[in-house]
Amino acid sequence: MKGLLIISGLGIIAMLAEIFKFKKALFPIVLIGIIAAYAVNFMEWQTSTSISYFDNMISFDKIGIAFSGVILVTAFLWFILANDYFEDSTNVVDHFALVLFALVGAVMLTAYRNMTTLFLGIEIMSIPLYVLAASKKDNIKSNEAGFKYLIMGSFASGFLLFGMALVYGASGSFDLSVIQSYITNNSANLPSFFYVGIVLILIAMCFKVSAAPFHFWAPDVYEGSPTLITALMSTIVKTAAFAAILRLFMITFSGVSELWTLILASIVALSLIVANFTAAMQSNVKRMLAYSSISHAAFMLMVILANVRSNLSVSAIIYYSLAYSIGSIVAFGVLYNVAKNKNEDISSFNGLGKKNPILAFCMTVAMLSLAGIPITSGFFAKYFVFAALIGTGYKWLLILAVLTSAIGVYYYLKVIIAMYFKSAESVEEQIIVEKSQSTVIILSTIVTLIIGIIPNVVIDIFSF
Amino acid sequence: MINGISINYYILLSTVLFIIGAIGVMARRNSIIIFMCVELMLNAVNLLLVSFSTLHNDATGQVFVFFIMAVAAAEVAVGLAILSMIYRNLKTIDTDVLSKLKH
Repeated sequence: MKGLLIISGLGIIAMLAEIFKFKKALFPIVLIGIIAAYAVNFMEWQTSTSISYFDNMISFDKIGIAFSGVILVTAFLWFILANDYFEDSTNVVDHFALVLFALVGAVMLTAYRNMTTLFLGIEIMSIPLYVLAASKKDNIKSNEAGFKYLIMGSFASGFLLFGMALVYGASGSFDLSVIQSYITNNSANLPSFFYVGIVLILIAMCFKVSAAPFHFWAPDVYEGSPTLITALMSTIVKTAAFAAILRLFMITFSGVSELWTLILASIVALSLIVANFTAAMQSNVKRMLAYSSISHAAFMLMVILANVRSNLSVSAIIYYSLAYSIGSIVAFGVLYNVAKNKNEDISSFNGLGKKNPILAFCMTVAMLSLAGIPITSGFFAKYFVFAALIGTGYKWLLILAVLTSAIGVYYYLKVIIAMYFKSAESVEEQIIVEKSQSTVIILSTIVTLIIGIIPNVVIDIFSF
Repeated sequence: MINGISINYYILLSTVLFIIGAIGVMARRNSIIIFMCVELMLNAVNLLLVSFSTLHNDATGQVFVFFIMAVAAAEVAVGLAILSMIYRNLKTIDTDVLSKLKH
């Protein structure tokens, strides 16, 4: 909770920086603030008593603290990576404030206990992102991305709210624990509109994590937004949305799981097929990463399916979101530097292995991690999902996931082949990476390898 | 029962309003009308929440309506800002023109 307050305070400080003229000092202040929020978060983890705030609307338990830890680590890496994105723009402080407020929403989503805070968390996270997606004012693609994100986001919010209203109408409360006990007490005669409400909420959340068939906005928005904002959307926003789904469906609605598990299983299957086949056909790397994020969303939804059946620990999904977030940070960081003077087409990567071997190596590790090849963290992330799924009745889903992952290897390898086996058109041009950026990229690559070789360091912490 | 009218009619009315809004978002081409349709969806939810709130004799539903109104206002503010930016670049707000990102 104190971490949430610190980030909110940072957002307000960022807005004051323009008036009191300490723009230059803002970047270190934000970094220190995030470290402080993480430290406070860690202390709350150690005391391990979850205190509820605001009439039991928010309460940080172990799952919430673990997810906000992942979010804060990603945010820290992202801020260093995005250093020059902030320097380029004229409205530096506004961008800082918007990202920080989006972060507040994301942390809120990890710890909500009430439908109100769920709704507010989603909106606090989304509204700054609409602005950030459209933040390149003169670029029509960026405008379009922001507009599409806004329309699709508020459309999904409408579904979410209608679902919440129906659930409220049946149970008479927005409190998650009251709804949960309502389900267990009245499991025989739940009104039909209660079921409709749950399905609408599920659809809205699948919109937010961009799972097929509600994914159509994601590739356009990811492609049109500035690359670093895309990195933010595909890491922090995804992790937060999964924390939200986890609490809502694995805990609150677990009493009516036979209703939504079938729908969720078909959404997962469709996402796997659509995302991987379409990604294989893309020539734009950013768009390819957007489709790949849809298939990763499907993998994380699979853990929720598995956990409802077998009640395994949530460490698998936390490990997955950590591995995926850090891998994406590397991938988007390299993409940002490669595409700075060129376009985001796969041919921009030609000959990178010779021009900048370190960057090419980091990209290789990131691609292998996203594809799930051993010694990178992506392998164990996928392994834990499969291990969770194998004991349940979803063997067909498991087979489908393995087959579509094989297609995944194809399109990730396309980038690696372009880097090492194709020669660039012009050799003389150099790719200069800022020191802070290359530090983040290399550090994240090392983390990817370390938690890929010894996954137990992460799993042991989060097994509860 | 609220004032002698069964709750089902309230649910029916707000569902109809919600569906009209949802169809409008998908079918209309003018961005301003799309925003209006999103508002219609949210107001259908508000109507439903208020009627359930009266049914249960519980004020939280009505408090939630205030949250929705505040958030909807924020969303429209951002939306209109983005629209005016699009108009400056393209001199139109027709969504058919916004297709630079299709393949």
